[in-house]
Amino acid sequence: MDNEELAAEVAKESVPAGMPQLDFSSFPNQIFWLVVALVVTYLVLSRLALPRISAILAERQGSIAGDIAAAEEYKLKAKEAEAAYEKALAEARNQAQKIVGEARAEIKKDLDAAIATADEKIAARAAESEARIGEIRAGALASVRSVAQDAAAEIVAALGGKADADTVAAAVAARVKG
Amino acid sequence: MAETGAEHGEGLSFHPMDQFIVKPLFGDGPVHWYTITNVTLWMALGVVAVILLMVTGAARRSIVPGRAQSIAELTYGFIHKMVEDICGKEGLKYFPYILTVFLFILFANFLGLLPMAFTPTSHIAVTGLLALVVFVSVTVIGFVKNGTHFLELFWVKSAPLALRPILAVIEVISYFVRPVSHSIRLAGNMMAGHAVIKVFAAFAPLILMSGIGVLVTPLSIVAIVAMYGLEVLVAFIQAYVFTILTCVYLKDALHPAH
Repeated sequence: MDNEELAAEVAKESVPAGMPQLDFSSFPNQIFWLVVALVVTYLVLSRLALPRISAILAERQGSIAGDIAAAEEYKLKAKEAEAAYEKALAEARNQAQKIVGEARAEIKKDLDAAIATADEKIAARAAESEARIGEIRAGALASVRSVAQDAAAEIVAALGGKADADTVAAAVAARVKG
Repeated sequence: MAETGAEHGEGLSFHPMDQFIVKPLFGDGPVHWYTITNVTLWMALGVVAVILLMVTGAARRSIVPGRAQSIAELTYGFIHKMVEDICGKEGLKYFPYILTVFLFILFANFLGLLPMAFTPTSHIAVTGLLALVVFVSVTVIGFVKNGTHFLELFWVKSAPLALRPILAVIEVISYFVRPVSHSIRLAGNMMAGHAVIKVFAAFAPLILMSGIGVLVTPLSIVAIVAMYGLEVLVAFIQAYVFTILTCVYLKDALHPAH
């Protein structure tokens, strides 16, 4: 079958079909059933479906609004609780600060007292030691002089001189001083 | 598509308009106004679908909605917002009817996309009545709410005085053309899309008859898929357009001043 034959066949087959849309004999039927369908749909929607759906939507709106209000309230409460907690914390911190301060002052007082006593003791000991050292020094000086006099007199006697004690003492004193 | 299957081997059969024929569902008699026809069947399926979505879907009334309830609520909110935005609070009185029209057209369009289905909204008798109901009720509402002030709709105050009579004539004509364009837009879109799909479908069995079918058959199948996708979009958009125009016309009736 070539194309021209096919085209002829196609042309033969497609008899000019009128538009069924313009077949007025079917109009009453269509209009009747359309009216039935529309009335049924309208009644079902307006009596049953729409009140139900709008009720659902309103209920949801209400519950959402309620939930938001409740959440707001909880938020407020949480804020209050937080403020109370902050306050308690600050108070506790103050208290602790005070206690620490008191303890520190007490310790300082004790310490100061202890230091003062220790200082006193040390000063007393030092003074005592000083006095002892002075005594020892003076004693030592006196012994050195008498040893020197004796030694000088002995040396003079050994050299065959006659040493009178006063002269020797004066000479030793001059020497020791120098 | 059944007839093309039966006839292949002899030649292609083009009956793109056969799908729109109104025929009795039982028997072969004449179509009286009360006859149960394919119109009855597909409108009934549409009504059932609406009930399944809007009534059964929301039956559980849960605060946190499931899938079906979400869609029901979305649909409700979508049209409710449309009516309120365009017509204002006064328009909400007519919301149930506008939603009825939207859902009826939407499901008629979508169900009509099923293979072998019949599409009530592809018929001018159906869309014409829908548009006429809107036209007549909008006109009545306009006169009842505004009295003779409703005629100010045709008297464009913002235009220069000399132009107003001419504009009035144009406005009156456009007002009366509204139901025509309103209905033909929907029926035409549905009919054209379905007919085009059918034409492509008629080309599909060509591979069984001719060598050129190797080329034509895949092309026509791709074209059917593409057209079908487009038709799904059109099915929604036309329902939306019909509804939004209804709202716009209603707004004119409620607030006629330009």
